[in-house]
Amino acid sequence: MSHDIAVEARDARKVYGQGIGAVTALGGVSLQIRKGEFFTLLGPSGCGKTTLLKLIAGFESPTTGHILLDGSDITFDPPNERPVNTVFQSYALFPHLSVADNIGFGLKMQGRPKAEVAATVTRMLALVRLDKMADRKPGQLSGGQQQRVALARALAPSPKVLLLDEPLSALDLQLRKEMQIELKRLQVETGITFIFVTHDQEEALTMSDRIGVMQSGHLLQVGDPRTIYTRPANRFVASFIGESNFLTGTLDGTALTLDAGPRMSVEAGQGAPTQGRVTAAIRPEQIRITSATLGDGIPAKVTQTVYFGTDTHCRVVLKDGTEITVRLQSPASGDVGLHPGSEVTLKFEPGALIVLPEAA
Amino acid sequence: MVDRTFAIARLPGFATIAVTVFVLLYLPIAMLVVFSFNAGDSVAIWEGFSFRWYPEAWSNEAVKAATWRSLQIATAASIIATTVATMAALGTTRRRQTKGQSFVYLMINQPLMVPEIVTAVALLIFFSTIKVATGYQGLGYLIIAHAAFCTPFAYLPIRARLESMDLSLETASADLYASRWQTFRYITLPLVMPGAIAGLMLAFVTSLDDVVITLFVKSAGQDTLPTYMLAQIRRSVSAEVNAISTLLLLLTVVLLTAFFLLTRKRT
Ligand SMILES: Nc1ncnc2c1ncn2[C@@H]1O[C@H](COP(=O)(O)OP(=O)(O)OP(=O)(O)O)[C@@H](O)[C@H]1O
Ligand SMILES: [Mg+2]
Repeated sequence: MSHDIAVEARDARKVYGQGIGAVTALGGVSLQIRKGEFFTLLGPSGCGKTTLLKLIAGFESPTTGHILLDGSDITFDPPNERPVNTVFQSYALFPHLSVADNIGFGLKMQGRPKAEVAATVTRMLALVRLDKMADRKPGQLSGGQQQRVALARALAPSPKVLLLDEPLSALDLQLRKEMQIELKRLQVETGITFIFVTHDQEEALTMSDRIGVMQSGHLLQVGDPRTIYTRPANRFVASFIGESNFLTGTLDGTALTLDAGPRMSVEAGQGAPTQGRVTAAIRPEQIRITSATLGDGIPAKVTQTVYFGTDTHCRVVLKDGTEITVRLQSPASGDVGLHPGSEVTLKFEPGALIVLPEAA
Repeated sequence: MVDRTFAIARLPGFATIAVTVFVLLYLPIAMLVVFSFNAGDSVAIWEGFSFRWYPEAWSNEAVKAATWRSLQIATAASIIATTVATMAALGTTRRRQTKGQSFVYLMINQPLMVPEIVTAVALLIFFSTIKVATGYQGLGYLIIAHAAFCTPFAYLPIRARLESMDLSLETASADLYASRWQTFRYITLPLVMPGAIAGLMLAFVTSLDDVVITLFVKSAGQDTLPTYMLAQIRRSVSAEVNAISTLLLLLTVVLLTAFFLLTRKRT
């Protein structure tokens, strides 16, 4: 089993500085990344994503804990001895070298024969579609082209693992979408393990095989995009990835009595409590609104509707004062027929409400 | 920028002051150049155009020897100064900032701040001790003295260059399997080169025209071009000095133009 693992962090802790000024950037992260996987680290600014990449690349060493590559401990190997390459956020292309020399740099430093370097560079240029730019200097390229040179340069030595630190954040939306597809294509074509950092949750959901969600130096949840989205491990994950509404209630087995009224049966989340006060999450698009005030469902009052084009967001307030957002598909007329003050009933599938594994 | 220059240029009297300053700065130099082509012996009365002072100066063995000595000293001193300055600049920009950092800057730039005459006397005393102890009388003393006071001139452009360099380039190089030495050889050195050449040229020019320290440190018969000219002028003002000065001026202008082009053109 362990030979399927490309990179492993064992209780990796990183503290910058000493004494009063010390900053704990990583508070003991354990993580296994599989071979050939597109793994995304997702989290808000300052949560330690870059720090974790630096530990894997070797630019920093952990205060305690270990980093393993292919099962062997590389915790204290210098970066130039690790078969791991990085695509830097700022690209860090060598300004005095041509595109071809930038791409060939890693192979040249490894002392590979000239012919092999030249052949690989040609192949890489084709892979990132920059055949005609080989002799240009990085300064003569557009942002997207520089991005692709950085990618080709990091891929050329065929690393075991490629680290990408927010490589798309400097690009405009259009180019960003193109590069997302390009990146995914390259990952599939090369079969190299990608560890990708972003704080764009949509990017993470669309590109990754698995996502690790981080907050304040801790790894909160690791899972495939569907699991992360539909079964968030806690309130932070539920609201950081997509939007979530939170309802409180009292749980008894699978029967949940919401503070806002009805009693319903729920599926317990992983590691969730089965008794007592709980918080449950539900996605805005999982809720339906009926104008009838009868039948089962949660009674609510509309406070605001906001038209978003394809969607209309409807803010409602429950009996206990909880505010909920419901995302409705806009009808052809564009008017969902709800107005502030309307009395409505909220309905949803039993599986849509997720009990979170933490106290309310 | 454009607007500000424009506004200053429009202040009353600006043109007058500017012209006066330029005339004061460059008229004497222009006269020196003009009189180096004087046919007569005088440095004050124009007697017609001639090239005679150039071959005359060049046929003077003392001038030749002094020129050769000056070039030897300037070349050796500027190379030493640039090497030392590069290492100092790497040390001050590539290591973690420490509390003593500003003290280190102060030490490196010390020759710029201590009056030259003080350095000169200090070196005189220091070197005479060594001379007595070793018996060595050669150009080495002058070279070391020049290297010392030229180092800050070489240091400034190199440090500026290193500071403007993106540190992630060196990280990227290490990531791409380069050893420390390879990173220095293929990334840091080529990128710092324009700064190092600029530093080398500044150091060279500074060494070439030094008088005070040279006068104190040199042994008998070790005249450099400037000290030779000073000695000549004390005796009698000769138009030969004009010709030599003009050539020195030409060399300086060429070097400084190259310096300007190198520091301006940043990749
Ligand atoms: N060299 C350093 N010295 C001191 N503190 C640091 C250093 N590098 C990072 N930190 C701190 O460690 C924490 C994690 O930083 P890190 O760069 O890993 O965050 P990140 O998740 O990459 O954030 P972002 O999304 O903004 O890039 C932050 O609080 C940061 O201030
Ligand atoms: Mg970061």
